[in-house]
Amino acid sequence: MRQQLPSGTDSAAENEDRPAPALFLDNVVFRWPERRQSTLDIPAFVARAGEHIFIAGPSGSGKSTLLGLIAGILSPQSGLVSVNGVCLGKLSGAERDVFRGDHIGFIFQQFNLIPYLSILENVMIPCRFSPLRRRQASRQAGSPVQAARILLERLDMSSTLWSQRVNQLSVGQQQRVAAARALIGSPPILIADEPPSSLDADRRKAFLRLLHRECRETGATLLFVSHDQSLAEDFTSTVYLPEINRADKEPEQ
Amino acid sequence: MSRFFHLLFLAGKSAWNRRATLALVVFSIAVSTTLLLGIERLRTQIRENFVQAVSGTDLVIGARGGNIQLILYAVFHLGGATNNMGWNSAQEIAKRAEVAWAIPISLGDSHNGYPVVATTEDFFEYYRFQGGRPIELAQGKAFEAIFDVVAGAEAARNLGYAPGQKLVLSHGGSSAHLAKHTDKPFTITGVLAPTGTPVDRSFYISLAAMEAIHLNWQGGAPIPGLKIRPEQVTKFNLQPKSITALLVGLKRRSQVFALQREINEWKAEPLTGVMPGVAMDQIWQMLNVGERALLFVSALVTVSGLAGLASAILAGLGERRRELAILRSAGARPMDILILLACEGVLLISAGMLCGLALLVALLVFLAPVLADSYGVFLRLSPPKAGEWLLLGSICLAGFLTSLIPALRAYRMSLSNGLTVSV
Repeated sequence: MRQQLPSGTDSAAENEDRPAPALFLDNVVFRWPERRQSTLDIPAFVARAGEHIFIAGPSGSGKSTLLGLIAGILSPQSGLVSVNGVCLGKLSGAERDVFRGDHIGFIFQQFNLIPYLSILENVMIPCRFSPLRRRQASRQAGSPVQAARILLERLDMSSTLWSQRVNQLSVGQQQRVAAARALIGSPPILIADEPPSSLDADRRKAFLRLLHRECRETGATLLFVSHDQSLAEDFTSTVYLPEINRADKEPEQ
Repeated sequence: MSRFFHLLFLAGKSAWNRRATLALVVFSIAVSTTLLLGIERLRTQIRENFVQAVSGTDLVIGARGGNIQLILYAVFHLGGATNNMGWNSAQEIAKRAEVAWAIPISLGDSHNGYPVVATTEDFFEYYRFQGGRPIELAQGKAFEAIFDVVAGAEAARNLGYAPGQKLVLSHGGSSAHLAKHTDKPFTITGVLAPTGTPVDRSFYISLAAMEAIHLNWQGGAPIPGLKIRPEQVTKFNLQPKSITALLVGLKRRSQVFALQREINEWKAEPLTGVMPGVAMDQIWQMLNVGERALLFVSALVTVSGLAGLASAILAGLGERRRELAILRSAGARPMDILILLACEGVLLISAGMLCGLALLVALLVFLAPVLADSYGVFLRLSPPKAGEWLLLGSICLAGFLTSLIPALRAYRMSLSNGLTVSV
């Protein structure tokens, strides 16, 4: 069901006869070019396929940097990042972009939508850049546009809203469109930032419930970053980023 | 390929979304295009007009004066002659062995602003334009009777004249001139076919008619009290004493230098013989400075238009980081981002050039009659020529290279920023 490239599989990471972990970090050190000290220094971090992991940490603790590493947009100075059994360090920049498009769905905290595209066009963006997700969406629903319609309906976005301009949607509606975009073509990994604080607690929880439901439906691994631990209840595990990060947090001299 | 078309689609939608801001950029590129192409068109058309008008004539002879001035008034009826040449000299030259034909020309009168040219039947027989094409009559026949007149194609069309029409000539070149030869009306006997030269904008009468209407004139005004009725004029000697210029064609072109030397050393009176090609070169040299200045200025306008394009796209990049991050998160490569931005620039350039071309066509349609009437410059609507294609290509290339500035910036931005856009 999931693509596994033998070259990228790290056998040392997985001793049991189980599928490769969805995410595997081994001695990863990352330092921004302008900084003297590392932002992240993570000895080990594993997420199994299908897990829903809550990554907690205060702002500035390196959550976004971690997501950049997992997405293959940032490259660590040392260590190994393996996503869905593929070692990102062995891929070229362009290959990592293709890999991300094929395997990872993204939901940003806010402003997730491109204002000049229609709602359906926004949802279908991943199908434009990833032939794999276009094929999967077509296999599941007949066509990418049909897949987008089905997902929007499932996410409580009734078809009466589709003709609206995206900036006329409420923040909650925008997040649900973003979720549909992240889910289209069933990528094995979903990375979501916490919903914006402008959503009240009930709506944030409702949004998370939708996310959990959809990820269970496709078996996708969900990585959710937030500083709000009250959202952690439905997750299979919670990781507190400062605990797994050895990087010195002392201010620079 | 579908990826590229999708990027093109995104670029188009994005630009359309910011059309209010970008319209000015498109406008300035349109103006640059119009200027560059308009000046190029004017330049080539003027040259073409000039060359077409004189291409069949080997030597233009008039009273001693400037080469360019002589060509301008004898061929293009621009400005005026300060002196005339004697009829005897003209006849002597016409009789020379090496001369194939000689067309005498006498200027000075006009009709509704169109110059009236007095000449002989030889004009219809021998005058050549556009590399050897003869004058043809579209309607009617050449002048025969004394008060017959033949109209050029454009003059006849603009005034609505056909053979049989009566008309009165004005003394002098301006249509506002008060003195008119009302006592001796002319009748149109023929209308010439279009030539694309000053011939189209002239009326042709015989030399004798020119003498006849001025019998009772002296020093530019009618002699008071002296009336000569039209039917009486044949009683007078209508042989002209002088003419404005003589257009000469030679049997062999190689003899032109020898004849020109003799003309310039003419014993009976001071004369000037000009080879039209040589005078044309002198005119080009005079115009060249101006042309270059105009091209330079319009090139500057283009550069500033392109700079506006680059800065408009660059200014928009800041607020579009989010948009680019979304595309990146969905699998867009930095190269896709570069192509997206370059596409946007090229789309804007193309839109600007199309608007510019439309503006140019509109200007040509509306300005061509004005230019033809006031300056004798004929502008034609025709597909772009080599020089204009070159200019269009240059704008396109320069526009593409300019678009790469914001595109490269976005490329670097998307390499370094990744997805961390808002925090």
